[in-house]
Amino acid sequence: MSDVPFTPGLVDSTAAPARGAWLAWISTVDHKRIGIMYLLTTMVFFCIGGIEALLIRIQLARPGNTFLSPDAYNQVFTMHGTTMVFLVVVPLLLGLANYLTPLMIGARDMALPRLNAFSYWVFLLGGILLYFSFVSGHAPSAGWFSYAPLSEKGYSTRNGLDYWALALLGIGVGTIATAINLIVTVINLRTEGLTIRRLPLFVWMVLVNSFLIIAALPALNASLVMLLVDRQLHAHFFTQMGGGSPILWQHFFWSFGHPEVYIMVLPAFGIISEVIPVFSRKPIFGYSFVAASTVAIALLSLGVWAHHMFAVGLGPAWNYAFGASSLLIAVPTGVKVFN
Amino acid sequence: MHLSVFSPASPEAARLLWLWDACMYVCGFILAVVTLSMLYILVRYRRRGGNDAEPDQTTGNRKLEIAWTAVPLGLVGLLFGLSVVTARGVDHPIRRAPDIVVNAHQWWWEVRYPGEVVTANEIHIPVQQHTLIEIDAADVIHDFWVPQLTRKIDAVPGRKNFVWMSPEHTGVFSGACAEYCGAQHAWMRFRVVVDPPQTYQAWLGTQSATAAAPAGGDAAAGRQLFTNLTCANCHNIRGINSQRQYAPDLTHVAGRQMLAAERLENTPRNLRQWLKEPNVIKPGCYMPNLKLSGSDLTQLTAFLETLR
Repeated sequence: MSDVPFTPGLVDSTAAPARGAWLAWISTVDHKRIGIMYLLTTMVFFCIGGIEALLIRIQLARPGNTFLSPDAYNQVFTMHGTTMVFLVVVPLLLGLANYLTPLMIGARDMALPRLNAFSYWVFLLGGILLYFSFVSGHAPSAGWFSYAPLSEKGYSTRNGLDYWALALLGIGVGTIATAINLIVTVINLRTEGLTIRRLPLFVWMVLVNSFLIIAALPALNASLVMLLVDRQLHAHFFTQMGGGSPILWQHFFWSFGHPEVYIMVLPAFGIISEVIPVFSRKPIFGYSFVAASTVAIALLSLGVWAHHMFAVGLGPAWNYAFGASSLLIAVPTGVKVFN
Repeated sequence: MHLSVFSPASPEAARLLWLWDACMYVCGFILAVVTLSMLYILVRYRRRGGNDAEPDQTTGNRKLEIAWTAVPLGLVGLLFGLSVVTARGVDHPIRRAPDIVVNAHQWWWEVRYPGEVVTANEIHIPVQQHTLIEIDAADVIHDFWVPQLTRKIDAVPGRKNFVWMSPEHTGVFSGACAEYCGAQHAWMRFRVVVDPPQTYQAWLGTQSATAAAPAGGDAAAGRQLFTNLTCANCHNIRGINSQRQYAPDLTHVAGRQMLAAERLENTPRNLRQWLKEPNVIKPGCYMPNLKLSGSDLTQLTAFLETLR
């Protein structure tokens, strides 16, 4: 972060400027600064994720390539997927939400500034833990979805997976804290006259998105803890020996993982719904329909997870039900595009 | 022989391709309509040099909103109907015992036929018959996929899944593991050999036989090595041992077309190389490098080549 210019105007009251720019940034609880730190951190991880993507493509450039060993390749694609989802796209949008939401609703800061700083630092800790796995000898290599029992101790004996679970746990806690913070901010700190029906669409998306995070992320956090208990304390949540179920991990993971797709795309939809009206110099065509379609997408997204599991053999009834709910999401998404 | 969904060889695979095509046409049409209208709007209503007036501040239209909710709903309903019809055509009801049991291992396929026949990575089925295959897994989750013949189906430890294959013509069809399962996932391949009924029955007859002991020479010495070294701890050869199945059954290994889950063509030379350094040919695989001497390799290869 050495390239961040120190701007005296941004110093908040809690940090003493005399102690230097670094300390001011590290101890800040200012939403703009935290937003900027989120954005810069995601840029760093984006570069790392991009390098990993390049390594993958070099390996795949021709059949039978020996650029990476199978084991190294598996580590690289696992780290690439995990990095892009948890350390780039989600925190990038959280950073934007952090920076813009208080400005767009006329608030002086987020409702819970210290919690906001905590969210960022626990997210950074998660990112560092994930990459520390390389230093410890072996990065996780069970895919970003880490299907059990491949992710269990019997099949992933080295400790990369433990770093993976701990890192995601940290990031998950930070993300949930930010979501709570954003909800409280949008509900309580709107300026006078800014009713919920007049909220900018980006703020609408951030609000709905935060509820979605609160609904989805705890499922991941719980299953990460269960995986850790399996790996470290020899439990059997996700192994068929001892009465567990590998399918359970898939249900848990995707009941987080599919809402996660919308957690990543809803703020982006919000940005589009703000930018296009500005440059076409007219208000969005159907404000209430766009806002309502967001709510519809969020609700539907909680009921589509098993479309990642059509090949598991859940039986036709489940496959049809999840097929139908997944197709239905196209309708509110279409409403957004048309408007 | 290739891993492709675009040249179906069974009614099941043909239905799946049909659904794929249908979705592509419907979605392609939608993409074209949306893209062309966007382009039209961009060009027609762009800000022109002379005219800098604000555009009409039109906003909101309830009828239009209802229309562009209802039309996609109809399209989605259509696609859902097609999906259900296709799924019903691929997953026929299961009212009898499976013809073949496939057990997926890291990183090979154990194939069991009724009776004693056990083979690996090569599934023989008769042409123009409905074959019901049971799929399960010994360790982690795998996925059984023969794109020219049928759908993907997961191999889940502790769970039985079923899949139908009804090949319309004879031939050799490529299959692969389609669920990431560890170091050698990419080389967890197999093949389905579709034969005329007589050929299939003849093959099954050959496979039922136990391995005969070679008369003498290198092959007989190799047979001794198989039990004296650690080979027999993991591999079975009917007539010699029958422990739990940790590694591919070798009773008729020389009769197979490929070695090491499609990694190598099954020639004496490749077999020898595989015995010599499996960890180089497939890094991470569970076949250990026993650091066999040249004469051990010759004798073992000679023995295994008798197992036809």
